[in-house]
Amino acid sequence: MSADTPFSPEDPAAQPASLFPDYRSTVLRSPSQPLIRIPQTLTETSGLSDGWDRLMGGAFADLTTQHEGVALGQRIVVTGRVLDENHRPVPRTVIEIWQANSAGRYAHVRDQWDAPLDPNFSGAGRVVTDDDGAYRYLTVRPGAYPWGNHHNAWRPAHIHLSLLGPAFATRLVTQMYFPDDPLIEIDPIANAVPLPYRQRMVSRFDIGTTVPNWALGYNFDIILRGREATPTED
Amino acid sequence: MADNQSPELFGQTPWQTVGPFFHYALPWWGGADLTGQSDIGAAPTRLVGHNPALNHSHGRPMPAGEPIDIFGRVLDGAGEFVSDALIEIWQADADGQYGGAFPGFGRAPTDEAGVFHFRTIRPGSVPGPGKTLQAPHIAIGVLGRGLLKRLVTRLYFADAPQNDSDPILDLVPAERRPSLIAQRDGEAWRFDIVLSGPNETVFFDC
Ligand SMILES: [Fe+3]
Repeated sequence: MSADTPFSPEDPAAQPASLFPDYRSTVLRSPSQPLIRIPQTLTETSGLSDGWDRLMGGAFADLTTQHEGVALGQRIVVTGRVLDENHRPVPRTVIEIWQANSAGRYAHVRDQWDAPLDPNFSGAGRVVTDDDGAYRYLTVRPGAYPWGNHHNAWRPAHIHLSLLGPAFATRLVTQMYFPDDPLIEIDPIANAVPLPYRQRMVSRFDIGTTVPNWALGYNFDIILRGREATPTED
Repeated sequence: MADNQSPELFGQTPWQTVGPFFHYALPWWGGADLTGQSDIGAAPTRLVGHNPALNHSHGRPMPAGEPIDIFGRVLDGAGEFVSDALIEIWQADADGQYGGAFPGFGRAPTDEAGVFHFRTIRPGSVPGPGKTLQAPHIAIGVLGRGLLKRLVTRLYFADAPQNDSDPILDLVPAERRPSLIAQRDGEAWRFDIVLSGPNETVFFDC
């Protein structure tokens, strides 16, 4: 498999459309013209597969102890694997993590909700997958928070995740939700993805990942676009 | 009940917006300067308190090639500046190579006026489909609040003679090609991105 082997196309059933009017901000920010389909060239099939840490800095997988004191909230461990569509692990790829604190507040100047800030929680992390595509980080469960999209709008608890993957074409930004959260089914951002694909963004509680007397465990696997099989391959 | 985390059932993980609070995790000091000579790229004024994601990464040796500055604005369908977009670039080095010492990858958030700024090296030509050669170009991903998934476009240089034979530009109707061409603006290059509306930028499915 060479660096110019193309990736399978974006799955239109699984991916949201750019325009989803229930999420109001999409209305003025979505192209009105259809996308122009182009073949994947070396530009699209190559990527920052190694050396990301040289640019962005190293990994920091514990979001709970970045400050003098310990972050407030329900401590959780999140583990999972990054795979491609052919179920092959995606090793040594960076996952950037950001989230609200346990009260649902971001330490961001544009977040004006009056839930308390936690001086001991920034909410940013970064991990890298191992040879098996596996990753693990420690954080606190984020709170739900209100937003201005419509009357009584609340985002379900979520963790933002950004993945570079092996190529420009495999870039993915998604959000991880929590099982049994009643806000998911009334959230326009989650609902921009049709069922059953929406469920892929909902993590799984796992007693095996849960650390006794320490932290609840959740599993979240992430599936990136995979390279298309070439006729000479399996 | 279906297992939420079964790859067999659901395939690709869906895209979601970065939302308005990505300044937290995605931009970093030096992230918008691919030459490694300055701090541009972070947005510390958006954050409350210290944030460990803003690692410094400048201080690399100057890469070979012609250093260039690229400025642009991001505009929405009403002509308003988009102050919470994030632009990502991916490009070859001056010799048209990917994956060498030159990082090729950068990020710049838009500021309060919707402006982004990159400092980089003018890329060389890279191979295209078949035996074609592509004109020098920079691949661009646009992320932001209100963008459920990344929009992909390309930047070409107005003075490059190879533009006339570029296999990707050739797929774009002639009247829409200007949205992909950066223009000289003094010492810098100017490249605006219009998300929607009459002067809409060409976006690609690739
Ligand atoms: Fe959020």
